Amino acid sequence: MREEERMWELTIADLDDLTLGATLLGTGGGGDPYIARLMARQAIEDFGPVRVVTPSELPRDARVLTVAVIGAPTVIIEKVPSGTEFVAAVRALARHLGDEPAAIQPIEVGGMNTLVPIAVAAELGVPVVDADGMRRAFPQIEMTVFTLGGIPAAPMSVADEKGNLVVFEATNNLLAERLARSTVITLGLANAISCYPLTAGQVLEHGISGSMTYCVQLGARLAAVRRGEPGAYQEFLRFAQAREFFSGKIVDIDRHTTDGFARGTVTVEHFADPDRTMRIEIQNELLLAFEGDRPVITAPDLICMLDHEDASPITTETLAYGQRVDVIGMPCAPEWHRDGMLELVGPRAFGYDIDYVPLGGVAR
Amino acid sequence: MNALRIGIDVGGTNTDAVVVDDSGTVVAATKAATTPDPFDGIRAALQRVVAGVDTSAITQAMLGTTHPANAIIQRRDLGRVGVLRIAAPSSLAVRPGAAWPQDLLDVVHGPSAIIGGGFEYDGTEIARLDVEAVRKFTARCAGEVSAIAITSPFSPASPDHELRAAKIIAEELGPDFPVSLSHQVGALGLLERENATTLNASLLGVAERVVLGFHSALAGHGLSVASYLTQNDGTLMTAEEAVRFPILTVGSGPTNSMRGAGALAGLTDALVIDVGGTSSDVGILVDGFPRESSAAVEVGGVRTNFRMPDLISIGLGGGTVVRPGPDGPRIGPDSVGYRVVDEALVRGGQTLTLSDISVRAGRLAGFGDADRLSEVDPSMVSAALAWVDERIQVMCERMKASRSELPLIAVGGGSHLVPDTVPGVSEVLRPEHYSVANAFGAAIAEASGAVDRVYRYEPKGREACLEEARALARAAAERAGADPCRLRITSVHEVPLSYLPGKTCRVQVKAAGPLAGTAR
Repeated sequence: MREEERMWELTIADLDDLTLGATLLGTGGGGDPYIARLMARQAIEDFGPVRVVTPSELPRDARVLTVAVIGAPTVIIEKVPSGTEFVAAVRALARHLGDEPAAIQPIEVGGMNTLVPIAVAAELGVPVVDADGMRRAFPQIEMTVFTLGGIPAAPMSVADEKGNLVVFEATNNLLAERLARSTVITLGLANAISCYPLTAGQVLEHGISGSMTYCVQLGARLAAVRRGEPGAYQEFLRFAQAREFFSGKIVDIDRHTTDGFARGTVTVEHFADPDRTMRIEIQNELLLAFEGDRPVITAPDLICMLDHEDASPITTETLAYGQRVDVIGMPCAPEWHRDGMLELVGPRAFGYDIDYVPLGGVAR
Repeated sequence: MNALRIGIDVGGTNTDAVVVDDSGTVVAATKAATTPDPFDGIRAALQRVVAGVDTSAITQAMLGTTHPANAIIQRRDLGRVGVLRIAAPSSLAVRPGAAWPQDLLDVVHGPSAIIGGGFEYDGTEIARLDVEAVRKFTARCAGEVSAIAITSPFSPASPDHELRAAKIIAEELGPDFPVSLSHQVGALGLLERENATTLNASLLGVAERVVLGFHSALAGHGLSVASYLTQNDGTLMTAEEAVRFPILTVGSGPTNSMRGAGALAGLTDALVIDVGGTSSDVGILVDGFPRESSAAVEVGGVRTNFRMPDLISIGLGGGTVVRPGPDGPRIGPDSVGYRVVDEALVRGGQTLTLSDISVRAGRLAGFGDADRLSEVDPSMVSAALAWVDERIQVMCERMKASRSELPLIAVGGGSHLVPDTVPGVSEVLRPEHYSVANAFGAAIAEASGAVDRVYRYEPKGREACLEEARALARAAAERAGADPCRLRITSVHEVPLSYLPGKTCRVQVKAAGPLAGTAR
């Protein structure tokens, strides 16, 4: 196991564990990290290894820039990124700010955006910061612990692979999200974004530290489950402070698009007791889980669905009638538990009139 | 006069053949050993099955074969392929062949390039097709490769750049130079479609030999009939088409078996268990087709985006070895496989197998001399049977989509092991000709067509867009030979694209129907 206070160098084996952990933390959304893993691997082959540093290893005023894919997963699987758009977005934001990035950071550790910063860091020859703003995937840019900390998401930049580029300011983070989203629709739905320009000191104070390391360790434990190692499932649950809530078969999937979200409802029937059903509401990610009418897992805590047979995390796009699944609830990163959390990422923030059901985790 | 069809299935152990009439009745059926050169086995099976049949009534022959799949798995007879991706400036971040196993990459991948061109989701160009780059790439390939594979973003909806590049290659290397175009091979998912297209191009030589061998076997019996191969989804393509799209046949085995089982039992919705010598597969038929797996499918270690049947496999077969143990019998996982006919105790061999247990318990009759089993402890028999029954029940439970009871169709040489009652299953059916369900599945296969593209529902409306997709799928099925009057839509799948205005959806539609000119 790694010591969290030390710089470490990413290996190809880490990349596999990181990808598996990122798929799980994507809670069904966040884009399939498969393509992002191939990108990260190619970048490491082409530009050399990537170091992962804790924010405390950087000077307090060192500039940290985030980078991520923004768009529609269904488009990204067809129009694979170029690589150049990510570096272009980071360089544009750096030019706008008037300083050079000392390090690159993921906005979200969950889904494909966990791995994209690695490719960019390799190309720019800078380290990746072991921290992020979600430690899971969320559909919107303002849904970060940075927003809770009062950090503006803008100025931000959005770039495509052809040389089109937008850098803009915004008066609040929700508006920044909307401006970015409308830019992406114009630029082909598979773009690069750089936002939340931070200093290493701000990352330390407001971010979720250690999330990359956590993701690798989580992925390694899930990999052990998938290999069928004795006791691995219990160890995985213990490490994630998670609990299995339900095991059953998917008996219904209802998909619909409203307000630009891919929404849906998936119903799981219990293996042992067909009178028990779990209903999970989807908005890009798995957001709320109800047993009967009772909410049992709610955002921002994590709902993860594993294939009952081989323990692979299931993304919402591959949900299928008749699939056999285990539904796991995991508490969100403790850094979420501060003023404003429920307004930003609680059930009501997503339009559901129900209360948050805390799963645990330490209040900060 | 009643028209006849021949169905042949080349499996790892046996080559099965059936002759089926217009009403779906089996007129003749046979099994022959699969031979190192599979066409010896095909010839032998064919000879036996047409003996006593009026060969002049035979109008069609269908072949299901694992030959192309084995060529990939064994890295044998594969051609070297030039891989052209028309996508720049997009998609440079992942090169062609990324994540391929190195040994397969070394055999298959020749020159590769990512050049300017391709389309966005809405049909606008990413860039103009870089015609000069196509010519340069073609020059690099000349004399180096046996075929070229071309892929570009959103080509299933906008194939123009792939088609133009193919035309340029034909100008440079001649009209007969083999080229595989991704929009004709696969669905959305650029890397997976590129992988499938590259594998397809490398299999062209194998496919040509398969079809030539098939035709020469048919001709050897004076059969001048329309010939087809079965593809992954259980539908047919003409032999001419199979020569161009061999990759579409690599998963046809389990599909043929499940569809054959359903048709033999006269059911469209059922669980199917196929028990062989070594292992059993359980799947589920919905509307006459196997339910598809939602996981990405790897072919020879390469990720592709074909849909394959959703199956659970366990090591339970007629040849599974049974040993005494301190806490009751230990069963498997090893098996004597098809050698059960010589090695089972009941056949005078030295190994206690599940077939022996089955004979002793009265589930299997007419397989050797039951007196040879007098030494086998009855408690051992009941414990082994309990294990078999529980495994089968668990597999069926896991496969079912709801608590409602479904019938279970038992097929395959080891299906005697399946008990007559299974909890959660309404009835166990053992159709006649159960041991040649694969070949029967090939014989009764239908033609199909599919569409996978992105639709913007506004302003035309969802229903109008879906209708267009259904019409395109029907037209594709008709081109594949289906009778337009008996076509039906077999699946419709919609996935909304996040964040996009105008309700944009990825729509996948499949249509299938009996071949034109068949009565049923």
